[in-house]
This record gives sequence, structure tokens and C-alpha cells, in this order.
Amino acid sequence: MTARIGVVTFPGSLDDRDTQRAIRLAGAEPVALWHKDKDLHQVDAVVLCGGFSYGDYLRAGAIARFSPVMETLIEQAKAGLPVLGICNGFQILTEAHLLPGTMLRNDHLHFICRDQKLRVENAETSWTTDYTAGQEIHIPLKNNDGQYVADEYTLDQLEAEGRVAFRYLDFNPNGSQRDIAGVTNEAGNVVGLMPHPEHAVEPLIGTGRTDGLPFFTSILKKLVNA
Amino acid sequence: MSRTPLDTVEHAAATPDVELPWAELGLKKDEYERVVEILGRRPTGAELAMYSVMWSEHCSYKSSKVHLRQFGEKAPQSDALLVGIGENAGVVDVGQGYAVTFKVESHNHPSYVEPYQGAATGVGGIVRDIIAMGARPVAVVDPLRFGAADHPDTKRVLPGVVAGIGGYGNCLGLPNIGGEVVFDACYQGNPLVNAGAIGVMRHEDIHLAKASGAGNKVILYGARTGGDGIGGASILASETFDDAKPSKRPAVQVGDPFQEKLLIECTLEAFKEKLVVGIQDLGAAGLSCATSELASNGSGGMRVTLDDVPLRDSTLSPEEILMSESQERMCAVVEPDKVDRFLEICDKWDVIATVIGEVTDGDRLEIFWHGGKIVDVDPRTVAHDGPVYERPYARPDWQDALQADDANKLPRPETSEELREQVLKLVASPNQASKSWITSQYDHFVQGNTVLAQPEDSGMIRVDESTGLGVAIATDGNGRYAKLDPYHGAQLALAEAYRNVATTGAKPLAVSDCLNFGSPEDPAVMWQFAEAVRGLADACQQLGTPVTGGNVSLYNQTGEVAIHPTPVVAVLGVIDDVARRTPVAFQEEGQLLYLLGDTREEFGGSAWSQVVHDHLGGLPPQVDLERERLLAEILISASRDGMIDSAHDLSDGGLIQAVVESALLGGKGARLIVPDGLDAFTFLLSESAGRAVVAVPRSEEVRFNDMCGARGLPVTRIGVVDGDTVDIQGEFTLTLEELRTAHEGTIPALLA
Amino acid sequence: MARVVVDVMLKPEILDPQGQAVQRALPRLGFEGVSDVRQGKRFELEVDGPVDDAALARIHELAESFLANTVIEDFTVKVEEVVEAGK
Repeated sequence: MTARIGVVTFPGSLDDRDTQRAIRLAGAEPVALWHKDKDLHQVDAVVLCGGFSYGDYLRAGAIARFSPVMETLIEQAKAGLPVLGICNGFQILTEAHLLPGTMLRNDHLHFICRDQKLRVENAETSWTTDYTAGQEIHIPLKNNDGQYVADEYTLDQLEAEGRVAFRYLDFNPNGSQRDIAGVTNEAGNVVGLMPHPEHAVEPLIGTGRTDGLPFFTSILKKLVNA
Repeated sequence: MSRTPLDTVEHAAATPDVELPWAELGLKKDEYERVVEILGRRPTGAELAMYSVMWSEHCSYKSSKVHLRQFGEKAPQSDALLVGIGENAGVVDVGQGYAVTFKVESHNHPSYVEPYQGAATGVGGIVRDIIAMGARPVAVVDPLRFGAADHPDTKRVLPGVVAGIGGYGNCLGLPNIGGEVVFDACYQGNPLVNAGAIGVMRHEDIHLAKASGAGNKVILYGARTGGDGIGGASILASETFDDAKPSKRPAVQVGDPFQEKLLIECTLEAFKEKLVVGIQDLGAAGLSCATSELASNGSGGMRVTLDDVPLRDSTLSPEEILMSESQERMCAVVEPDKVDRFLEICDKWDVIATVIGEVTDGDRLEIFWHGGKIVDVDPRTVAHDGPVYERPYARPDWQDALQADDANKLPRPETSEELREQVLKLVASPNQASKSWITSQYDHFVQGNTVLAQPEDSGMIRVDESTGLGVAIATDGNGRYAKLDPYHGAQLALAEAYRNVATTGAKPLAVSDCLNFGSPEDPAVMWQFAEAVRGLADACQQLGTPVTGGNVSLYNQTGEVAIHPTPVVAVLGVIDDVARRTPVAFQEEGQLLYLLGDTREEFGGSAWSQVVHDHLGGLPPQVDLERERLLAEILISASRDGMIDSAHDLSDGGLIQAVVESALLGGKGARLIVPDGLDAFTFLLSESAGRAVVAVPRSEEVRFNDMCGARGLPVTRIGVVDGDTVDIQGEFTLTLEELRTAHEGTIPALLA
Repeated sequence: MARVVVDVMLKPEILDPQGQAVQRALPRLGFEGVSDVRQGKRFELEVDGPVDDAALARIHELAESFLANTVIEDFTVKVEEVVEAGK
């Protein structure tokens, strides 16, 4: 018995095939979902992958957020469907108000691609149980609009509730407030982060580390044991 | 609105005395007369537009053609070559049923005018060439040349170019895995922005640009057509309309990577369903090129209705539509019963697609506008029978003096301390410094198949997840060497790219090139070009790596001053299992360092002569292609059999540059001993070709030495991976920390 | 104190991919009848002292050389509001 995890392709999505590969390597079954299709095809969880949906035009994620698939997704995420937003997927989740805050252009105004050190702050979300709290991992980061911002009240609330899921370590690559790399919703089923765990699942490829694989094994275990 | 009659074929035949602005469109008098001779009448405005743009230097290669023929005539026998020169890009067999297509092109001048958009649309163009062969693009590389690093205009041009390449390539989801950045005052005002791309497909998916099968439909899809890049055609437009002047035409083309990404996905989906008979991308010369090339490469003729072309600017005249270079457009030939499905796929991806014509029985290309026939030509005369020039060329009179100004006679460091200072200065110089400030603006990871990316010797991409099959690509070109001796300079560019591919463990298979030169109307430049092509063709023949295609960029000069002749050579290689790749970084302390090849006193055109003495003279390093081949074989065998854990090719900056890079990337130092028979200066800084440094685990020492000995490759043990310094025994020590500061601080300080 | 607004727009003949993407999204969101969208940048400059002809000329120069890339963009300069000193 395995789990079926959907990966949505929007026009301009880039990491859809890579995310499907990571899901497969973790032992789950990837299911391709299409932005114009409201039907989630009974998947057990959904990943909104990285890329430049609609070219990042207007604001990153702003146009994709109104896709037909998002109507169903927003409804089901609120009802507990596990959703992971990576990079552009994170931006879409904030535009859809499933996660608080938003992303601005990197403070140095350049696209940045690097092997980024992170600390896992919350190892209890649907997507992080195969990590331990405080674990330090390396995950590739690559984006133009990765500066996480929210008002002070929201930030304090996120900190107090343990909803800062990942923090940048050693180097803040984009000016994110409080070094925040990823956050979760209150229930822990919706998680978003800027770095790309799907690009750290095979030795030899990319940075040659597999620190991103536990995202996909965490959710698989949760779904199979449910 | 009163209009002069539409300039139809009929009208042209009836009005032989009408003067057309052929000179303003860039045609020479004899070229125009040739058009009249071909047609047997004066051309219509639309025909003149097509001939003038297709017979331009850029599209017809009229100055370079006579020389480029050597790439075909001297092509080595190669089983790997599936599609050769003449198509959108060459295709190479890499085994296991896979084929790889790759090509390098220039977008030099547009990138000087508007760096961001110029560079961005350069990436867009080369990627469409790759899609047009039927392949999924899998990586891009960008060989770049700028003026002096500290010149104010470099600070304008470089950040824009880098952001443009990143902005476009990153948005397409193509990992940027290689290329170079070189600074030299000779490129001031003439930056070279070359862009390369690689695509992968199955053998059976290879597509060609040809229109066959009468009744098949011609579909234009992608962006709407605007008045982009039409230059001279506006003159025709203003003669067609006597009252309504056309709206202003853009001086700069804006790329839309989002549109291009949709174009990639919808094209690949159409290929997958076998809906496409022939395909051509729209680049330079737009529809003029696409229709005439598709028609002339196919078996029939073609009829096109220009009224059906979706426009962004409704004031465009038919001549302008034919010449428009609007980005992100493609043209497909599709059987009638598959048209609906093709349009459906385009609609799925929100791509505008329109049937604009069909393949006909005859052998004419006929184009209609408002019911009148405005073009009736033999497409071959447009696409293939352009003028060919035998431009005069002559070895410049300054060449002897340049070569006589021997760099080996420059004053050398007299003390160890002075040598240490010069080494530090060298690794911090803009050309030798780390380019990570630039390359970190490119996505290396997307698609999840990147095995190696810059600053590795070659970029490497996994092609098959189950078998580990991979391809590698390296681009190189040293304008300083080529200035000293264009024949050998071009060969050195090939040798370096070939060596770089082998250093990572891949077998070199084929070559693409981008030949950047000054004005062909200058006999000295033409001589440089002729020599470089001859050198490259000879070397490709000897190394068994055919040229599969490429690009020529001429007129890279300001006034009378041309850039250094800069042939940029890309070599593609294959590796059976990417798990066997060899990285640059030192892996483990205690591993033994070996220098492969011979080191001579060779400083002509070297980084040392430039950085320390601001000097260019003498002769470039000797070329020994048989040695290059042997070195490559050893590097590939050693990688396959697990005898080496890291390797780095030696080129500009010499041995010390290579060791410093391997040390900094691995975070491990090295202790080096100057071998017998060499002085420390020559050992560290000579740029002799055909060399590499490898790190050998102690357990493999005997086996590795035996292999080199048996094959006759000179091998010298020069030290060991160790500690956190680079220590040259008896000479000097540099800590990794000071090396890192020197090597990584330069580019951000200049440009950030 | 005065506020001077510089609006920078792509020249009409230059392709605007961003505006196009927004325009194409509108019907899906139920907004009909918008035939074209072009996206630009707005700069608000808070200027010390009087905005006289000389000041406007300097702002014009600033816009031309810095805020706009006149190879592909046009710009307009207008004085938006004059805030009384001390308010």
C-alpha cells in the first residue's frame, strides 16, 4: 500500500517532473494534476512545485492562485489535505492566504542559486516528521523573490506557535525576516518553503546530498499509517 | 485613406521601371540585379524584403561560406553524426537510442544596445533551434566576453547580460551548466554574448525543417507578430502607404520566457503524438526565413496567406510581417487530419496557433495579401542561392612584429617572495578570479539531472535515470592566443574544450562553434577568419570530432579596430555512467597529485603576461593534437576504472591556477614540489597545452602509473593533497583563506 | 515639500509580456471587456524646496538617465501635490 501524491502543473511550472521523481524515489506514487482541472483525482496529498507560473508576472503566484485547481485545493487544504508549497508553490500558498506573509524580491536584487544550510525548526508537520527538531540540513535554493516578510504581530505569533518550520543558517540569502525559510499553518498540514527539497534527493545529482528526501518519506509514512 | 496599388507580382511585371530601395535594404547593385535576373522581372516590395534579409551576411553567410565549406570537406568519419551542418542544429548519437543536439550562437550586438533583453532573446533563439530538431532542451551554457573589468561600460553591460541570461533561462527551467566570462579591452563596445543549448531526444524523434506532402497545413504558433527587428523594411512600408505612416517600430526586442516555456511544452506534446511533419523556428528573418527554408528543403511548394498571421500591431505592412523578428514563434507543417489535434494542444497551453498556408504540388513559394499575390519565387533562390563572396584576405603586416615580441623574454620574478606576489595577483585578476557572483545568478539544479556545473571543467547532464548515461559540454576560446596565431589559436580553443570534456570523464564526440570576428571587408580580419577556420577544420579532422553546426558573427569592431579573433568552440561528450564523473575539487587528504603532459617555457598570450606585464606578443603554446587525444584517453580510462578522484585541466593561468581552484572547491590544500628540470616560475605559470593535474588515491598509484607508462604519457608526481595551505616547497606558502579572499573577492568588488 | 510623480511605461511598440499575462487572466476571473493591459512603474519623489522649472528639469534628467531605460521605455513627470511646510 502506498500513497498517491499530486503535483500540479501550472503554465510556467518548472519542477513538476523533478517533484514527481522525488515522490517516486520516496516510494509514493506521483499523480500529475493540471491547473485547469478542478478535480484532484482523489490524491492523498498535493505538492505545488517550483517554477515561474505565469512568468511570475504581476506578482509571483498571483495569477496561478486563481486557477480552477486552486478552488478545490484551498477548500480541501482547509479540511486537512496535506499540501507542500516549494518556492513558487510557497508563493502561491501565500497569495491564496493558506499561509501567512508574502515574498518580496531578494534584498540584493539578484536571482540566487546556492546550496543553502537550513535548520528544521518544526519536525511535527505532515512533511517534516522524518527530521528531528533542530536538525541542520543543506537544500538548494534558487529564486528571485524569496524575501519572506510579514508584520511583526504575525511574526511573533508564528514564533510563539512554533510555525516557523525552517530557518536559514549561516547566511540569509534574500533578506527574509527572522531568517525564515519556511512556515506551516496552524494544523501542520500546509507547509511552504523557498528552498527545493526535490533537488536534494539523489547522491551525484545537484549538490550530491539527499537531505530533501525526508520531506517525501515523512508524508508517505503519515499517509500510509493513517 | 488613399493607397497606391498593392505591389503584387502582376503589378511588378507591369511596372518594370519602378525603383525599389534595394540599397537601403542592404543589397549591393549586383545582388539586386541578380534578383531581377532570377525572377525575370523586378521584385515586388515583399519579394525584395525577403531576398534582402535572406541574402544578408547574418542569414546567408556570404563572406564566410567559402571557408566554412572546409568543415564539411574535412569532416572526419564519425558514426555518431546523425544530422550534420545545415539544419537548425547538428544531432549526435550518444548511444542507448538517445540523440543529442547542441549549438552555440551569438547575440553580440543586441546585447550591447540593451544588455538584458539582448542576452535574454539570445537564449530564447538558441533554445528554439534545439526544439526545432525535436529535442527537449536540457541545459544552456553561456560563453561571454566583455571589455576591461574596471571600465564603466562593463558595469552597465555585464550585470544586464547576466540578469538577462538568468531571467530568461531560469524562467524556462533550463539549468545553466557552463560557459566562460573573459574580460579584455578589445571587447569594449563589442561584447560577445554567445549562447549555447543542448537538447535530448530519442533517435526516432529527430525532426527536420522541411515542408513535404501537398495539402499539408502550415501553422504559425506562439507570440503575435509585431514590428520587431525589421529595420529597413519600414522603408518599403512607407513607400506602400502614401498617407498613413506606420507606427514606430521597436528598436529593441523584448523576450517573453513564459511564452517560450509554453512553446516548448506544447511543441514537445505535439511531437509526442507524432503530429508534426516538419518544423522551423522563427529567428532572424522571421517568416521570410521559415517559409523559404521549409519550402526549399521539402519536396513541394508552399502557399501562405499573410492576412492570417496574428498581429500585435495592426499597422504592419506585408513586407514588415515577412521580415519581423518577433520572438517566441514557431512554424509547423501538419497533415490536414491532424490539424485539429495540433490546435487543441496549443489551446491547452494557451498558445495562439493559426493555419497560415499549405504545402502545394508545385515548386513555388507564393504569398498572398488582401487577395493579391505579392510573392512568387523559387524558395531555393531565397534560402540557398544567396551571393557568395571570395573576400580578399592578407596576413596583416603587423603580425610578424607581434609574434617577434616574445613574451618568454619578459622580466620574471626574481625571488620567491616576488613569485608569491605574482601568483596571488594572478588568481585575483578578473579573468582568473572566481565567477560565482555571476554563475550563482543562474539556476544549476532545475530538471534534477545536473551532475556537474561551472566552475567544473565541463557541465554534465544525466540523460537516462536508469542507466546513468550522461552528456558533457565545454566551451572555450582564447582570443589572445588567436590574435597571436589564428590557425593555432583556433586549434587551442578546440583542444581545451576537448580536454575539458575528457577531464570530467566523458568521451568527446562532436563540435559546434561560434566564430566571432571583426569586419570581413578588412583583409587582415578576413585572413584571421580564414586561418581560424582552416585550423579548426584541420584539428577536428585529426581529433575525429566533426563540426555539427555553428554560427559566424562578423563586424564586431569599432571604427577600424576589430576585436581579437575569437573562435569559441563547444565540444560535446558522452559518459556511460555519470557515477564515474571526475570533479575538479580535491576529495581527500593524502591523495597524490600528478601532472600529466609536458611543461615548456610558454608564456605568449598567457594570463601572466597580461596581468603582470599588460603584454600580448610572441607565439601561443604549441599544439600537439595526438598528445591531446592520448591525454583524453588516459583521463577517460582513469575515470572509468576509478583511478582518479579529481582532475583539472591546465589552461590560462597554468598549474597554480588549477591547483588553487581544486583546493578552494574542495576546502583542502596541497603541498607541491617543483619537479627536476623545471624552475618554479615555469612549473607554476607556463600555459603549455595538453596537460592536466589529477589526484590519485594511494591504492591506485601503481595501476595509474603503469597505465600512463604503457601508453607513453609523461606523468610527474608533483605533490599531495594536504592541510589548509597551498605550499610550494622551498618557495612560498599561501593559506586557503588568503587565496579565497583574493580569488572570490574580485568580481563582487568590481560589479556588485 | 512637494511630491513629483514619474510614471515609466514601456514604449507602445515594445512587447509587454507582463501586461499580456495579466490581460489574459482577466476573463478567467470574470472581468470581461478589457482589451489590453500594459504594466508600468510609478516613482514618487518627495522633493525638498520649491518645484520650479529648474527642479523639474533636473527630475526630468534623472528620469531620462536613471529611472527609465529610454531604449525601451517612455516616462512622464508630473507634480502631484504640494504639502505646506509645517503640516
